[in-house]
Amino acid sequence: MRESKIYGVLRVIGLLFFALITLFPLYTIVISSIKPLQDVQSTFRWIPSRVTFEPYIQIWSTVPLARYFLNSVIVCVSATVISVMIAILGAYAISRFRFRGRNPFRLVVLSTQMFPGILFLLPLFIIFVNIDQTFGVQLYGSRIGLIITYLTFALPLSIWMLVGYFNSIPRELEEAAMVDGTTAVGALFRVLVPISMPGIVAVAIFSFMTAWGEVLFASALTTEATRTLAIGLRNYASQSNVYWNQLMAASIVVSIPVVAGFLALQKYLVQGLTAGGVKG
Amino acid sequence: MAKSLTRRDFLKVSGGAFAGATLLGVAGCGGGGQSSSGNSKKIAYWASNQAPTIQDDQKILNGVLSTFKSQDGVKSNLQVIGWPDLFNRITTAISSGQGPDNLNIGNTWSPTFQKTGAFLPFDSNTLDAIGGKDKFVETAYNTSGSKEPYPSVPIYGLSYGLFYNKAMFKQAGIQGPPKNWDEFFAVAKKLTKPPKQWGLALEAASITENAHWAFILGRQQGGNLFDKSGKPTFDSPPIVRAVKQYVDFMAKDNIVSKQDAQYSSGTNSISDFAKGKVAMIMWQKNATSNLESNGMKKSEYGVAHIPVPEPLPPGGKPVMSHTAGINMSIFKNTQSKDAALKFVKFMTDKKMQVMLNQKFGSLPVTKEAAADPAFQDPTTKVFQDIYANNSEPMPLVADEGQMETLIGGAVKNLFAKAATGKVTEKDVKRELTSANQQMAAGGGS
Amino acid sequence: MSTTRSRKDAEARDEGGSPPPRRRRGLRRRLGPHALPYLLVIPAVIFELLVHVIPMIFGVVISFLALTSLYIRNWAQAPFSGFNNFKIGLDIGGPIGSSLLHSFLITSAYTVLIVVGSWLLGLTAAILVNSEFRGRGWFRTLFLIPYALPIYVTVIAWQFMLQQQDGSVNTLLVKNLHLVDSPPFWLLGGNAFWSIVMTALWRTWPFAFLLLLAALQNIPPDLYEVASVDGASIWRQFRSITLPLLRPVSAVVVLVTFLWTFNDFNTPYILFGQSPPASADLLSLHIYVNSFVNLNFGLGAAMSTLLLLFLLIVSVVYIRLLRVGSEENA
Repeated sequence: MRESKIYGVLRVIGLLFFALITLFPLYTIVISSIKPLQDVQSTFRWIPSRVTFEPYIQIWSTVPLARYFLNSVIVCVSATVISVMIAILGAYAISRFRFRGRNPFRLVVLSTQMFPGILFLLPLFIIFVNIDQTFGVQLYGSRIGLIITYLTFALPLSIWMLVGYFNSIPRELEEAAMVDGTTAVGALFRVLVPISMPGIVAVAIFSFMTAWGEVLFASALTTEATRTLAIGLRNYASQSNVYWNQLMAASIVVSIPVVAGFLALQKYLVQGLTAGGVKG
Repeated sequence: MAKSLTRRDFLKVSGGAFAGATLLGVAGCGGGGQSSSGNSKKIAYWASNQAPTIQDDQKILNGVLSTFKSQDGVKSNLQVIGWPDLFNRITTAISSGQGPDNLNIGNTWSPTFQKTGAFLPFDSNTLDAIGGKDKFVETAYNTSGSKEPYPSVPIYGLSYGLFYNKAMFKQAGIQGPPKNWDEFFAVAKKLTKPPKQWGLALEAASITENAHWAFILGRQQGGNLFDKSGKPTFDSPPIVRAVKQYVDFMAKDNIVSKQDAQYSSGTNSISDFAKGKVAMIMWQKNATSNLESNGMKKSEYGVAHIPVPEPLPPGGKPVMSHTAGINMSIFKNTQSKDAALKFVKFMTDKKMQVMLNQKFGSLPVTKEAAADPAFQDPTTKVFQDIYANNSEPMPLVADEGQMETLIGGAVKNLFAKAATGKVTEKDVKRELTSANQQMAAGGGS
Repeated sequence: MSTTRSRKDAEARDEGGSPPPRRRRGLRRRLGPHALPYLLVIPAVIFELLVHVIPMIFGVVISFLALTSLYIRNWAQAPFSGFNNFKIGLDIGGPIGSSLLHSFLITSAYTVLIVVGSWLLGLTAAILVNSEFRGRGWFRTLFLIPYALPIYVTVIAWQFMLQQQDGSVNTLLVKNLHLVDSPPFWLLGGNAFWSIVMTALWRTWPFAFLLLLAALQNIPPDLYEVASVDGASIWRQFRSITLPLLRPVSAVVVLVTFLWTFNDFNTPYILFGQSPPASADLLSLHIYVNSFVNLNFGLGAAMSTLLLLFLLIVSVVYIRLLRVGSEENA
């Protein structure tokens, strides 16, 4: 599109509009996190009455934030890594092989994306408990149970996006490798995976973000020892007080890993999405 | 992907999965484990959040538990669970049979959990093991379920009282706290100077607070939320009058600021009171520690009985509070019943009752502890009197959670309406009828 | 979405199927040459079965039981109640059915607003940052932050901002801009609906932006050059080049945001807890209250089964329509 002067002006106005609606909440979060408690318990002020970083120190002792943090990191990283591995294998099968059950598999995986979490929260819980009682593998209240749950949440979208990505890569590349004596699985990891890195990174980001923000299952499947951030943050609002400044400070602290990771890797995300799933 | 969506494929897959599920379902029959009164020397304990922060709870209880260990030789594993999660955690624990040995519950939940049959009933033998039921204050003991043997026993008691700001009263030339609603209204009106100062603050968006007051004021009007046969009567004339009275504090009397329509955290009205923005609040005993942390000294406020109508309407009772508090239960399938009972006994012994109820700002539930000098200051005495003589338990129905949500929600909606417009008696009646119908439809079906 | 794929599929069947590897050992050999794809999907199948499919079917089974608080301890003994739960849920004359219908309508309105709003905002912003200019990277990064934030952080922040007395929204509207005289209640009554819409929209549009921008960047610039040489106006170019080429991506954006929004639990739950105002009583939360507050899991499961059926039907119809559409265009 050829750009005129008018368009240039319109663009500035438009961009400012979007920037303002984006910045307004972000500003509220950041500025409130450096206010003393009485500031956040009275009428909002754009400038703190005094700037303090105490909330950033207090957050660690008001609730066991460090433990929640550690739990979230362990659960989300594990879920992401496993989910991506499984998605790579599954997507490879769908993209490169014809086999009986291929379509039903694709269909079921995709339709799980629309299951309302409410429907299977209690059943899943009961199943976990029964697995424990039958096989002695503790899934309820353990990090493993949450990892298994989360890795599955991201799986449908991951497989779907990776199938799209793999389909866009000419199979001649792997065939060349296989002529040299590599097995199909070897070709997958030596040829296809390296080329598909943008798509894989995109899928990993999605998985991680899904897990990091999940609230409902975390509330039912964790105990105090395995509690994640999504639930832990609620404890800043105790029976007797809502520590808004600490809540905002903690919000920033727990957001930094995802936001930083997301922004650093967004280049891959765009590549992965355009080359892959989006073309579906 | 669309073309693969054939019905045949879909049925095939669901069929297979169904077979799998059935197998698993059969394998997993009977979620609850077997009970055995083992003598394990270890208990798991889920505590509720009573202190200002969960960390504080942990500190206090860890001390208590180490005393328990040195005294009875039982090791315990403590989890403090915040209120937003506690009910769900217990529900899931019941449906899976995987719970702790001892746990705290809100006493209003007792009938609900009694219906599930998941908790150890405190029959006479069991009661003997913890020191007999006579050691408890009678009103406290009666909150513990819908019929004996109860599934829980009280550990911390609470009741409402009328907090008033002494300086504001003095400045306005008011002699003492109001005794009936007419006096109350006159006093509140005198102390209301909008928009900076109001007579009263309410947590008008809190469903639990609203449900409590619908019950308390309803009892004063001679009504109840359920009739003798257990049918909901939310829209009976006394309850409608009571809710109208409560909502009118804001809607008509104009003694409550409209901004209170959004208060729900249980902290806003307390902080308004501490800051001198309002002259009175009606709160439970544990607000005292909160006022302190908001910078209000004990000498700056007084506590009086909740007003009652004068004369009482036909059938009306001078109820000033529901019998609020926290109870303790034992999971029926505990592997360490003896130790679990020992723990209940320990927690309801005089020493612990005095110490813990002081720390948590609650009221002792045993007669012995209630007589302790620690609870004889005038403020605490008022609360104790209301608790022991002017309180009634919320309706002991199994669908207590639904009851609170429905009636509390109805009152909340009415306050929302009051904040932005007018509320007529018809509006009150309509909201309550709708809540009543839902209660009747969903209850115990 | 399908024609090119199925051509590729056909090729795969002919040549690629399972390439003849030279060495086969152990398990693979015993299972034969066709085993590989099955081995590859097994992990995914196991986890999907465990966490999604079996619990979902279990949930459907529960919807036929009178699983109330009486039986949660021994749910295997809950009596079979046939279609009773469904009858209660669908009886729009009764109090439960009518409140379910109300919740469904609210959820539909909410979903339409979020899906359409996200697409429009996302597309506008994507067009604005599509071409090169100074500071473009900054804007793109800024716009993506709301999407990168964990959901609960976003909702908690909006809850804080929307407080009637102390919130920054009312401070801005009343004190700074003087747009309204008295601070409105955002979290009560009818306004609560607009509050959840604002919150969800703020978080969702960047997702549409991200995907649409990616697709825009893939449109070859020559197309526009040719068109403008031919004298097509900008608006004409937009309608006959940009929109058609964005169609597949738009389809994905709409489907994904639809599913997210219709199933949205977090926004109303974190904002309002268990007792949302009627105007913000979204389906997922409505079902949650029936199951976990009222402890009527049978009824809750019946409601979620209805929700699932609805989503399935809408998705299938949507995908079919889309396919027909894209063939016409091809």
